[in-house]
Parts: sequence; structure tokens; C-alpha cells
Amino acid sequence: MSDDELIWRIAGGSGDGIDSTSQNFAKALMRSGLDVFTHRHYPSRIRGGHTYVEIRAADREVQSRGDGYNFLLSLGDSFARNPQEEAYYGNEEIKPLSENLDELREGGIIVYDEGLISDEDVEAINLEERAEENDWHVFPMDLRGLAKEHGREVMRNTAGVGVTAALLDMDLEHIEDLMEDAMGDDILESNLEILHEAYDTVNEEYDFEHELRAPTGEHDSEQALLSGSNAIAYGAIDAGCRFIAGYPMTPWTDVFTILSQNFPDMGGVSEQVEDEIAAAALAVGASHAGVKAMSGSSGGGFALMSEPLGLAEMTETPLVLVESMRAGPSTGMPTKPEQADLEFVLYTSQGDSQRVVFAPGTIEEAYEQTRLAFEIAWDYQIPTILIYDQKLGGENTNVDVDFFDREPAPDLGSTLTEEELREAAHDNSGKFKRFDYENAEDGVAPRSIPGQKGGRYLATGNEHSPVGHISEDPDNRVAQMERRLEKLEKIREELDEERESNQTYYGPEDAEYGIVTWGSSQGAVSEAIDRLNEQGHSVKGIGVSDMMPFAEQEVRAFLESVDEAMVVEMNATAQLRGLIQKELGQYGEKMTSLLKFNGNPFEPAEIVEGYEVNLADEDRQPDAQVRIEPAAGD
Amino acid sequence: MSAFNAIGEEREIDRDEYTPGVEPQPTWCPGCGDFGVLKSLKQALPEVGKTPEEVLTVTGIGCSGKLNSYLDTYGFHTIHGRSLPVARAAKLANPELEVIAAGGDGDGYGIGCNHFIHSARENHDMTYIVFNNEIFGLTKGQTSPTSPKGHKSKTQPSGSAKTPLRPLSLSLNAGASYVARTAAVNPNQAKEIIKEAIEHDGFAHIDFLTQCPTWNKDARQYVPYIDVQDSDDYDFDVSDRAEAAEMMRETEDVLNEGTVLTGRYYVEEDRPSYGQEKKAVGELPDQPLAERYFDDDAEWERSYDLLERHT
Repeated sequence: MSDDELIWRIAGGSGDGIDSTSQNFAKALMRSGLDVFTHRHYPSRIRGGHTYVEIRAADREVQSRGDGYNFLLSLGDSFARNPQEEAYYGNEEIKPLSENLDELREGGIIVYDEGLISDEDVEAINLEERAEENDWHVFPMDLRGLAKEHGREVMRNTAGVGVTAALLDMDLEHIEDLMEDAMGDDILESNLEILHEAYDTVNEEYDFEHELRAPTGEHDSEQALLSGSNAIAYGAIDAGCRFIAGYPMTPWTDVFTILSQNFPDMGGVSEQVEDEIAAAALAVGASHAGVKAMSGSSGGGFALMSEPLGLAEMTETPLVLVESMRAGPSTGMPTKPEQADLEFVLYTSQGDSQRVVFAPGTIEEAYEQTRLAFEIAWDYQIPTILIYDQKLGGENTNVDVDFFDREPAPDLGSTLTEEELREAAHDNSGKFKRFDYENAEDGVAPRSIPGQKGGRYLATGNEHSPVGHISEDPDNRVAQMERRLEKLEKIREELDEERESNQTYYGPEDAEYGIVTWGSSQGAVSEAIDRLNEQGHSVKGIGVSDMMPFAEQEVRAFLESVDEAMVVEMNATAQLRGLIQKELGQYGEKMTSLLKFNGNPFEPAEIVEGYEVNLADEDRQPDAQVRIEPAAGD
Repeated sequence: MSAFNAIGEEREIDRDEYTPGVEPQPTWCPGCGDFGVLKSLKQALPEVGKTPEEVLTVTGIGCSGKLNSYLDTYGFHTIHGRSLPVARAAKLANPELEVIAAGGDGDGYGIGCNHFIHSARENHDMTYIVFNNEIFGLTKGQTSPTSPKGHKSKTQPSGSAKTPLRPLSLSLNAGASYVARTAAVNPNQAKEIIKEAIEHDGFAHIDFLTQCPTWNKDARQYVPYIDVQDSDDYDFDVSDRAEAAEMMRETEDVLNEGTVLTGRYYVEEDRPSYGQEKKAVGELPDQPLAERYFDDDAEWERSYDLLERHT
């Protein structure tokens, strides 16, 4: 826990504008030269229900939530449906204050809207007493009244930001600039008035006794604040994808929305369709007709895509699907993060899986691996899936603008032109040998596109002959199956030998203890590893992205290099550990699991604690809501 | 210059071109109505000036799904019930392709019915042929969505308690802009209807009665048939939605009593196709999207140019 950082939490009801306010405040902090990381926590409701966004800002890289936080701006829930204590959900009006207290650090600051949260309610939660115990600095402010006086009640967010800036001794310049960018003239003036009024009121009325101030910093280059969903959408754009089909489902909808909004200006096509079976089938159809296409969903919707996915495998139609995980099973917890769809995505659909699966864990990986997914899908004519969790999709962090300065890659890979088709093999009737196992290279038989002269063939989900006719001939079957599977082995070779590794490493290379993780948990793991090493432990980590073909070589080398390992993932059944054991055929006795599945992502301290409990060989579970699953034989 | 030179090619087309030179023996039973669909398609396509390589035939699963094994165009034999979403996307990716989707009554009115409704609603410019034999053939004779009430099968041994689905009425209400019924036993009418359907700018649905001599022996061979346009007993305006609806209802009612009515039921000429609608709102490019990937001079937008909103 360090004091050189600000972790600002804005809490209110769903619909109170928490998201947009926090987005602008995060940008203001970024523009002031800090690195930022946001975490959003929200219920599966349109209005009301406790929601918050946390912004962590520091003059150093931040890749994760922190442990707890140090500044609470509680707006109260203006959409509360149940302001009574005895209601099923309890008194919701005060929840944005009461439910956030447990994680507030000692010495932290609380600002709440006394225009909405009543004195009796505050008394009922013993705020005064708790503030004293924890050395919290409490600032009740009539944000609602202030907003009403100079504009409209909904502008109380702005008042809250003004109060925040005053208490943290922040310059208003960046906040004003952002408001000017984001707001129309009709509301800008009132908002600016409210901002200043709130700022001045705090400075006039309070003597500050708290120590917390906004950190200061400077960036060497221009920064952009974006989410994993942005990065995936932008990777797709730069890979030349111009067709997306989908059906709304949280949290995948973000990627779908971003591309739907951008495609019309880029000559692209977006289709919202009747269900996810159709969505994936449309992507297959568009790809078949010569366009770089994608689809995606979250768990339940992705389940419907199993059949079109298998069709793409069998017909060797290039395809990129994204699967945005949320807590399951079934409808599960729609707005909460989890990493429990790994096995599902690896194996869903009948027959032997013939797909590639990447699991990016950071914004940069999300962008890079999306581009890679398209490249591999079109080179090898194979479906490629990006699996990522709600946390990576929805959370914003700053990235160098220059990172995105690259050439687009719209190339269709192993697709022939009409000219090339003239040289290609055909059968006696002039049908193109689309699935020619005799002339395939690395298992890849080049494809034609409908409308091309000399390219006609039949694509079918049945086993088929070189020109595509349905065939159950045993020799043909074996040749076709082996050819398709050969592609996977070639992809494995390419990933291992020809490309920069998709795996990310943390900590000192010669460390004795290893932490294996995947997806967005990498951020918290990386920070935990830093802390453990500072405390004198010898720990390193690997974030695994290549799930299929699995990063066999690298994970084996990593596990060989340590005495013991812990696999950290957000699920209840240790799916990555299971995959490692399946792929490597050993290490079951070397790997303990640290699991979390309560709907909240890991905090670094929880990983530190898990490590300590495991290392001490204690026969107990950590105090945090995480579970240790012992290694085989323990 | 186009990357797809089979499209729009002006030349004499021999109908034999549609027969694969190395023809797989059709696996359909002797006397199967599916032969009728294949034959009328082979006649209709050259007559509307389409060459085999500008046509994409997308089929589902079932006996009907084998259509593109025996029709030598570009073909995509998909999965059960999903021919329409694949076909729709191919049309959006390259609107110059002639797209024909086909499947059986189980495929289109059962497992794929959701797609049928939405494809008709959206009015995609394509032809959709449903081989309607009122039975599941390939899985050996189970009750289908169009099997008559009381029809006995291995899966409904006491006779189906369900009223059959009304394909024509459903199609009209869903939004198809061309709806017709024809029968395999009437190849001349079938050919003409297929030609009209292909030339129609919008979703053209043909309910094609295809007798199943193996698994639906009780059913009629769909003879004698009556063409509602030729018969003096029927008089309605195919461009009038209400009159079409009434005629469809009667047609569906009498089929199970042994009267086979066929012909055009609804033709809406002036409704824009989905592609036209989508272009009008700026969500479909003027140039076929597929062409762009083969155009070396095409300029591709970059995400780098979108970053201002994030800084």
C-alpha cells in the first residue's frame, strides 16, 4: 500500500452518470501526466443499484486495482427504488456511502451529498464513530443543492468533481478542457459555474487536515485512455475487418457497439441479427464471400455459436470470434468478471477442435492479439477466438498514442486471385480443388471466392473430397483430417519460433517461486510479484495467452525453472491449471491454485496473502474471499 | 476492374453447365420431388442469364441440402436451419452475387424458422426455396412442422396433435415481398416461378411441394394441382396484401383435404430490398465490400486516426 497514489472512487446509482464523470476525471488525471487505471463495478440493472468506478492514478505504471482506495465521492443513489431499511435490497439511497466504507483506507477522504443522503441515515451507519477509528476525513456537501442553484440537479456530479479537485489541490485546467470538449453550450456554462462554486466553497469553508493530495507526474509522449474493448475493436479495424454481426449481450456488447459506430464511416458493415447462431453464421457467410468478418458474444450467446464455429472449422472458413467472459454458469452474474469459460471456448462444438484461442490480458495484448487472430485466421483458414474477461473489456488505462501508429493489414492471406486460379488444380469438370490435400502447404489449401472465374467448389460441413463433394471414403477422410490438424502444428511452430512471444513475464528470471496466470489477472499478479520481491521473497510470473495451440514450450520452461508454482485465476475449478496438466502431462504436484470467484477481480494484496499462506504450508484458507486449491498429492 | 469476372458475364449459357461434369449420383430416392427442383433450377438459371460462377447456392441439412451437390454453382452446404444467415451475409459482402438459399420444411420452418422470419422481415434480395414434403426424410420419416394433424410417424405414433404450420401466411406476415407455391410435379410452372423469384428485388420465398415417395407414402403426389392464376375459380390481386392473405389461408386449409393450389400469392414490386435500405442509411458501401480486398489501390482507415477521442 503506497501513499504516492490516488485511488478515487465515485459511487452512486446506476443511471447517475458515474461512468461518464469518471471517464472525464480519469482523462484529466492522465492529461496531468499520471498513469491511470479504472475499475468499474456495476449491477445488472438499468437504474438504481449500487455502482462505482474507481480510478487509480500514480506517477508510475499502474496495471491493476490497488488494495482498497483512499478517496470516496459518494453521490448517494438518486434512483433508489427502496429507500426503506426493511426492503429486500435494504435502504438503497445510502448504499453508495455505506457499502463502500469497508475498503476505504485509513486516513482516507469521504465526500458525500448531504442533499440526498439524510443525517438520520448517516447516523444509522455510525459514520462518525467509524471515521474517528479510521482517521477518515469526512466532508458532507450539499451537492444537489449546489447543482440545482446553478443548473440542474443531475449536474451534482460536476459539483462532486469540483469538491474533489479542491480537496486534492488539483488544478481545474484539464477538467475544464474536458468539459468543454464533451458538453454542448447549453449545459457547459452551468457546469463550469457549478465546478468553480464547489471548488471555491471547499477552499473557503474548510481547513484541510488530511494529507492526501493528487500526485503529479509527466508523460514522455502523448497518451490515450482506452479499454480492452476499444483495443480489440481497433485491432480488428487495423486488420482490415469490415464486417461484424452480433446480438447484444453484456459485456461483449462494447466491442460490437464500437465497431458498429465506426464501420459506416469506413465502408464496413455491421449487422445486429436475430440471435447468436445467426450472428456467427453471418460472419461465416461474409468471410466465405471474401470479406474479413467477425462476430462474438459472452458465455450464453457464445454457446449458440458452437455450430457455426464447427462449420467454420470444417469448411475452413477464416473467422474471428471474441468471447467476453462474465460470471457463470448460465446467466450467472452478468456484470461481474470471471475467467471460467476457458474450457468451454477450447472445446465447444462437436468433433476434434481445430481452432486457435488467444487470451489477452492487457490493453496492448488485446490489440496485438486481435491483429494476430485475423492474420492467422486468414493465413490458415481457421477460426480464431479471443477470450477475455469483463474486467479487461471494461477497464480503461493509458497507452502511448504511438503504439497504434502502424500499417493496416487487410490482406486475405491464403486466398487466390482469378489469375492465380487459372494456374490452380481443377477436376475434369472444371471444379476447383479447393481442399486439395496433395498440393497443400503447411496443411493449407488456398481458397477461391464466389464470383471468381474458375473457382467454383462446394463448401460443406460434411467430410468432403478435394473439390468439396461429400465423401465418406476412409482414405480421403484421413488425408483431410490430417491436413487440417497439420495447420495447428504449423501455427504452433510459427508462434514458438517466428513471432515474438504472446506470453508476458514478470519478476526476476532466476526466482525460485512461480506464479502462473492469464487474462486481466496479470495486472494484480504483476503488482503482487513486485511487492513480494521487495519484501525479500524470490518470485516471478508468467501471463499465458496462447491457449490453443498451447504455449507448451514456454510454460514448461517456466515451471521447470521454479521449485513451486501457484496458478492464479478467477474461477472455481482451476481451469488453466487443468489445461497445463493436460497439455504438459505433468506438474500436477508442483502447482497450487489461488482462485477467486466472488464476482470481484483480484487485488494484489490477496495474491500476496495467498502466497504467504501457501508458503507457510498452513492448513487454512486465506482471510480474503479467495480459495487455495492444493497441488496434487498435498 | 472487378476481381469477380464471372459476375455479369454476357454469353450463351448452356443448361448442361449446371450439371457437374463428374456428377455425383444423386442420393435422392427414385420418384423424389427434389429432382423437380433441381431440374427447374437448371432450366431457369440460363434463361435469366446467370452463369454458374456468379451464383452462390446455400443449403441447409436434409435431402434438400444436397441440392448444391448436383447443381454446379458455387455452393455452401451449411448446417441444419442456417442457410439463410450464411446466404444473407454473402449477399451483403458482395451484392452482385446471385444468392439462392434452399432447405427443407424441417430446416426452414422448424429449426431455422427464426432466421426465416427475420430474413423475410428484412427483405434481403435473394431467393429462398423450401422443399416442402411435409416430413423429415433424411432421418427416416418423422413428423415435420408441416405434417398434417393426425399424421402418424415413428415419433408421433398416435398421430400428430399439432396443427401444421402455415408457410405462406407466415412468410407474408413476416415481410417477404414475393411469395409463391409450386410443385415438383409441375416443372413448367416451377421454372417460371423460380425465374420470377430470381429477378425479384427482395426476399422471394418459394414453398416448393416435393413429394416424398419413401417416408410420406400416405401423402398425395400433389396431383392434380391447380394453378390459381390459370383457374377461373380463383380471382385475387397478388399485389393486394389482404387478398393474398385470404388466398394463402384457403390454400393452406385445402392442402390437407387433397386440393393442391399453387401459383404466385404475393408480389410487392416497389418495396426496397434490405441492401437498398441499408445503403440509404449509409451502412452499406456502394462498391461491393468484397471487391475492396482485391483492390491494390484501396485505402484502409486506421485506428490511429480515431485516437483523438481518447486523449
